[in-house]
Amino acid sequence: TAVNEALHEALESDGKAVVFGEDVGFGGVFRCTTGLAERFGRDRVFNTPLCEQGIVGFGVGLAAMGHRAIAEVQFADYIFPAMDQLVNEAAKYRYRSGGQWDCGGLTVRAPCGAVGHGGHYHSQSPEAYFTHTPGLKVVVPSGPREAKGLLLASIRDPNPVVFFEPKMMYRTSVEDVPEGDYELPLGEARVVREGSDATLVGWGPQVKVLVAAAKELEETDGAQCEVIDLRTLLPWDYETVCASVSKTGRLVVSHEASFTGGFGAEIAAFVSERCFLRLESPPVRVCGQDTPFPGHAHEPLFLPTQQKVVEAVRSSIGY
Amino acid sequence: REKEREREMLGVWRVATREIFRGAPRGFRYQSQSAIPEGREKAMEQDRKMGSIVPHMEFFDAYANAPISRYRVMDQNGEISPGAEDPKVGKEMAVKMYKDMVRLHIMDGYLYDVQRQGRISFYMTNYGEEASHVGSAAALDSHDTVYGQYRESGVLMWRGFTIQQFMDQCYSNKDDVGKGRQMPVHYGSDKLCFQTISSPLSTQIPQATGYAYALKHSGSQNCVICYFGDGAASEGDFHAALNAAATLEAPVIFFCRNNQYAISTEVQEQYRGDGIASRGTGYGIEAIRVDGNDIWAVYNATKAARRTVVEE
Repeated sequence: TAVNEALHEALESDGKAVVFGEDVGFGGVFRCTTGLAERFGRDRVFNTPLCEQGIVGFGVGLAAMGHRAIAEVQFADYIFPAMDQLVNEAAKYRYRSGGQWDCGGLTVRAPCGAVGHGGHYHSQSPEAYFTHTPGLKVVVPSGPREAKGLLLASIRDPNPVVFFEPKMMYRTSVEDVPEGDYELPLGEARVVREGSDATLVGWGPQVKVLVAAAKELEETDGAQCEVIDLRTLLPWDYETVCASVSKTGRLVVSHEASFTGGFGAEIAAFVSERCFLRLESPPVRVCGQDTPFPGHAHEPLFLPTQQKVVEAVRSSIGY
Repeated sequence: REKEREREMLGVWRVATREIFRGAPRGFRYQSQSAIPEGREKAMEQDRKMGSIVPHMEFFDAYANAPISRYRVMDQNGEISPGAEDPKVGKEMAVKMYKDMVRLHIMDGYLYDVQRQGRISFYMTNYGEEASHVGSAAALDSHDTVYGQYRESGVLMWRGFTIQQFMDQCYSNKDDVGKGRQMPVHYGSDKLCFQTISSPLSTQIPQATGYAYALKHSGSQNCVICYFGDGAASEGDFHAALNAAATLEAPVIFFCRNNQYAISTEVQEQYRGDGIASRGTGYGIEAIRVDGNDIWAVYNATKAARRTVVEE
């Protein structure tokens, strides 16, 4: 997998990089760490006890010593015990010490997002809890090619990074991934599709949905939608988004995470302020419902499906 | 002022390699269908580690081996007790130890008053714990990294943090090495290998484990010492850190300063086990309970712990 390739590159290129977490030794529950222990040894690729606060706390200390700590939390749904270590410690480590200490070598990876059968605790997208934390970076790739480049960039970034990997894509996403070592820039969004009628902003698994919605709208309504993959949520590329909205006059943000307080709210508020006079219609958010992520049967009702996005763009254009 | 109740410093711990807990399965090798004999052998091996099979039901008495004894070197007159080891630090070091303890105590007196007068926002004194700070600090190498909680000023003082620097931090002025960002007593010094203090309790403990792991794997001969109090030891981070230090064999000394109180909470309300030292067994970590007011005992125990931890 792309993530696996990135980890191989990361450990190969930096002798001080280590990978750890639950079950990473045998290859991981999503096979992201396959072959690493055999190639780099059990002192560089190792299992930890089942304790997220310990995994992340350990990672903070390891990074504080100057090594590169690549921690895995088995599911993003289980990252919450590590909130204190991430928000109160990792994010503030450099700042509170007056620059004497830092844990920039820390990267915490976790699979996120809907997978069809995940239910409450194997489907969450908790990015909004972390975008609210100055001192962290938050990155969400939208596909394998993106994942490899962004993960390498995240690992090498001199700040602690939380890297959410949409688990749906481990198996379903097929793409040509360049071999070898490459990085994609953090803090820069990617314009996936150009258009002049509306700006659709998303990240991770939702980018595919936005592209499909854009195609449908082109066919049925003749509308040309610009689709932007944010890639990095903290810090997010507001310049690219605002430039796009200034051109199109319409903004639709879409994410799997629930509506209220989701990261879409930040984007909508910021763009409203910056691009107010260029907006033709109010910024709109198409998100997960304000409920816990539901069971299998209700997943399509919860998620911001292509149909919901199309309807939102339509009413935006027809405002 | 005579203190009736002893301030015990519980649990100077050291991480020892435990052969009996080794042999975690090489996780990436699956047991295949054809490997039944190998699987059975491993099952038998693991069974042997689990203790004998007994037909009578008996709950293990949690207090059977309690209370863990308290190591003390000096008698009430400050003389070496019979049978105890005199560390023989020499006059120069002994004088420095004494001076640092007294200086700390006096500085505390000033800063406490200054806080009560509203001139600084916050202060934590180190009363009664001077010997545990200075005794342990003196037993370490100056490049051993210290992760503290907030009541380890004696360690910093021993290493050479000046009174001016303490003041600068407490007043959050422009000369503070921490750039005046934190509230008082949140000291840090990369030059003195003293990690910056943070308010959330016990967060430093798993970080100490991680730092120690990195130190070991970079070939360093230094270790990490991690200080925390009896209250902080109730936090999940404490459990997380000790378990990880044992399984990952990290060279870290866990030093619990048990002063019997967490603000107003007495230890009876904090735990029901035999202090913090008793928890070591559960993690596979060796532990010792030391009288924290006895600087020689603290010094000896820390020195011994360091030796074990570094020689692994």
